[in-house]
Amino acid sequence: MTSEPLQSPPRRKVRNFALLSSRAGAAFLTPAGLLVSVFVLLPFFWVIFVSFTNRTLLGRTALNPEFVGLANYLALFDPATFFQRGQFGFSLILTTQFVLASALIGQALLGLLLAWLIQTVPPWVKRLTETFVIAAWILPEVVIGFAWFAFLDRDQGTLNMILTSLGLPRGDFLLQQPFWVIVAFNTWRGAAFSMMLFNSAFSSIPPSYFQAADVAGASSWQKFRDIGLPLIRGHIVTDLILITMWTFNTFTPFLLTNGGPSYRTELVSIYNYRVAFQDFQFGKGAAVGVIMMLINLAFALVYLGIGRKRKAPRT
Amino acid sequence: MKLTLPAFVGRIAFSALAALIGAVFALPLIWFLFAPFNARAELGLAIPDPWTLSNFATVFGNSYAVQALWNSLIQAVGGVILVGAAATLAAYALSRSSIPGKGAVTYVLLLFSSVVSGSAAMVPIFLIVSAAGLIDTHLAVILTFAGGLLPTAMFILRDFIDSIPKSYEESAMVAGASPVQAFFDVALPVIRPGIVVVVVWGFVNIWGSFLIPFILLRSDRNMPASVAIYSFYSEAGTPIVTLLAAYSLIYSLPVIALYLFVSWKFGFRFFGGIKA
Amino acid sequence: MASVEFQNVTKSFGEFTAVSGVSFDIGDGEFVCLLGPSGCGKTTSLRMIAGLETPTSGQIRIGGEEVTQLHPKDRNIAMVFQDYALYPHMNLADNIAYPLKVRGEAVAGRHARAREVADVLKIGHLLDRLPSQISGGQQQRTSLARALVYPAKVYLFDEPLSNLDAKLRLEARGFLNHLQRDMGMTAVYVTHDQAEAMALATRIAVMDQGRIVQYASPIEIYRRPATTFVANFVGNPPMNLVEVEGVQGEGRLQLKAEGLAIAGLPMSDAIGKALAAGSRLTLGVRPEHLAIAAPGAENTITAPLFANENMGPESLVTIDRGDSARVTARIFTDDHLDLGETVTLGFSAEHVHLFDGAGQRIPATGE
Repeated sequence: MTSEPLQSPPRRKVRNFALLSSRAGAAFLTPAGLLVSVFVLLPFFWVIFVSFTNRTLLGRTALNPEFVGLANYLALFDPATFFQRGQFGFSLILTTQFVLASALIGQALLGLLLAWLIQTVPPWVKRLTETFVIAAWILPEVVIGFAWFAFLDRDQGTLNMILTSLGLPRGDFLLQQPFWVIVAFNTWRGAAFSMMLFNSAFSSIPPSYFQAADVAGASSWQKFRDIGLPLIRGHIVTDLILITMWTFNTFTPFLLTNGGPSYRTELVSIYNYRVAFQDFQFGKGAAVGVIMMLINLAFALVYLGIGRKRKAPRT
Repeated sequence: MKLTLPAFVGRIAFSALAALIGAVFALPLIWFLFAPFNARAELGLAIPDPWTLSNFATVFGNSYAVQALWNSLIQAVGGVILVGAAATLAAYALSRSSIPGKGAVTYVLLLFSSVVSGSAAMVPIFLIVSAAGLIDTHLAVILTFAGGLLPTAMFILRDFIDSIPKSYEESAMVAGASPVQAFFDVALPVIRPGIVVVVVWGFVNIWGSFLIPFILLRSDRNMPASVAIYSFYSEAGTPIVTLLAAYSLIYSLPVIALYLFVSWKFGFRFFGGIKA
Repeated sequence: MASVEFQNVTKSFGEFTAVSGVSFDIGDGEFVCLLGPSGCGKTTSLRMIAGLETPTSGQIRIGGEEVTQLHPKDRNIAMVFQDYALYPHMNLADNIAYPLKVRGEAVAGRHARAREVADVLKIGHLLDRLPSQISGGQQQRTSLARALVYPAKVYLFDEPLSNLDAKLRLEARGFLNHLQRDMGMTAVYVTHDQAEAMALATRIAVMDQGRIVQYASPIEIYRRPATTFVANFVGNPPMNLVEVEGVQGEGRLQLKAEGLAIAGLPMSDAIGKALAAGSRLTLGVRPEHLAIAAPGAENTITAPLFANENMGPESLVTIDRGDSARVTARIFTDDHLDLGETVTLGFSAEHVHLFDGAGQRIPATGE
């Protein structure tokens, strides 16, 4: 044997051995820690602070914002204007309806239906359907915003082409039914996630459960209702919370409607943008942001709470 | 498996329904199959006659459009390098070191990252970037994305690293390696697939994102393709459909390619970032 | 090679104490097995020798030098892990040569050395392959090769054979035995398999709940187990333990139990002390020391037959004394026995082990 025993110069003392010492661990965490502190933690606290001022982008209050207490919040929740189109209250109610319709009903149900259907169809049908549903989800948001813009065009859009070929009247949907347009849009955009989640949940059910039901003569609906649905209940809750959060925060409909016409599709995120970057009222915009974060916080806590409960042993 | 007639009919009905839904989903996208190759493309669906690539030539002749693609690339690549490196180091520390309270740190981070969404935090992020004098720079976009994507990336990677046996690094250290040597020689190569997932996911996120560059950037020469496309079709006047169609297709290609790559390599379980 | 010393070593993980005030010495060139059930502290002890855990209190010395708070890389030891820890992205040559790479040796030199060791272990033809491309037995030998490729003071083994199938395990065991004696390596070997410990060790440390219960040569442990725990752990099938009432009568120790007929045993001070603490004792007889006997013989246990397992070279005959107190004999017989038939097993006094009410061995006269 030619190699000699180790003799490394500094033989450090190890207080308590771990694969990475606490000092090195802290060093490893620093880059991420800094970035997250500045761009995630700091905004959380700063937005609360700014919401209590009358800060704007231009003018006197840009350089010298004054502390105004709850004025911004009172303005947002002012009963006199609350329900007016273009005000916060209207936007909040609109967003709630939007989330209910496009996420809780639209994406979840459609995703559930699709996931159930593709359990039993031939592989080529499954792949075909999945391809288009997933394409809607992964393509960049600007591209699909434009795709729908073209699709809905009054004069030449594909939708109107199909309608006229079926003998139905044309429509200027972006103008006449803007809310339902964005509901359909968001359902179309996000159904893939629910479909994939439920698909993987269904796949994890042992096939013998369904086969036993087949032998007993159950119909597809009965199998779904009595076996599939109960066994994925936890996943349904997870899915609903996630897509609710994402839909609540989504900005993508802006690319299609710009919040219009006449604020009819102004979701809270779009309202926030208008107030802050078109009206330049940062104080008020910050207040909107705080409210959004509080709502997000409520959802997130429920989600984490459920996650913890599911990790605990089932009785 | 022999099917009875009602079951057979049921199967066909299901397939028909699934295919129908698939077709409905495809409808808004069909236009993209034809318009980019149609020199006289309009918003309507039309079969190109003849099929041509001239629209793509127009795109590459438009310096603003090309610059925007470059900007998207710079921002996405810069972002994923930062996220990949920082998340790997942080996840390794969370998995392997004995810092007290690591479990809590991960959950708190995840909580904050879902609470502080782009839409909710647009005001403070603008103010912070503005205070740092970074408005209208690539750096602002890169840093903002890095911060926003890090918690989820750390979560994914930490889970991944947890599943790597500690005996790898332990045996390396017993054999004489220092912790740093063990990390680079033994741990990092095994973590690589996880890093690939995080990088791809991060790239797709940044490449496709609209809101952050929209509020943080001012001048045309810094705008990424997402904002460019939006300005092309939302500005007053009729949009130049031929340009838009081809440009959108080009812009979508990296995302499609990456998706195919990931589902070929891993099966697309990872794409939602969700572990069932 | 070097010696290893534990001085009053304790290791706690929060509330849980894995190793409790353990002290022992391992001499240069000894092969010591740490034997015990899961959770007894044997793996933790091994890892403390390696430096992968730091003792909560106490000292550890290797070759006379204190290493208690030394990083594993500075201890000059080698270790074979239970899951082999082969790096999946490196081929066997790189895996085996890794310790030499860390020591700064050039590629050519360390690959030559890796080949040397691999040839000895009969895996020299696999050096280009990745760990995923070889069998479990070959992986095990690769792991061993990596431990042997550099000179170490102590060689540590953490249940290295437990993932092998039975036949490979025997082969590997024989090889390890040969290797250690040939090299004169100081080896510390963790296992829960008592046959392995008996076959390989020069001394065995039987551990239970963080403490060493007995530390002696295999023969000593077999012939004179220190507690009922050790008696039950070593030997296959384990020693039969029968609860008896002991009383001094006619100058001898009289033992009483259901179905037990035994002549009085010579009294001793040790027995007297045990009886003073209580009359409940435990009688132990190994299965290989029982034989079918006639009902009137001198030392017998009688009970209905519970099971007769004919294994080929021997049969395991088990009788049921009631309350699941069963006694098993290893007999070389083809006799047919009916279930429930009353069977008498006989033994001789020299094969009797006595344990007091606390399970401690009562030394026989002359020990």
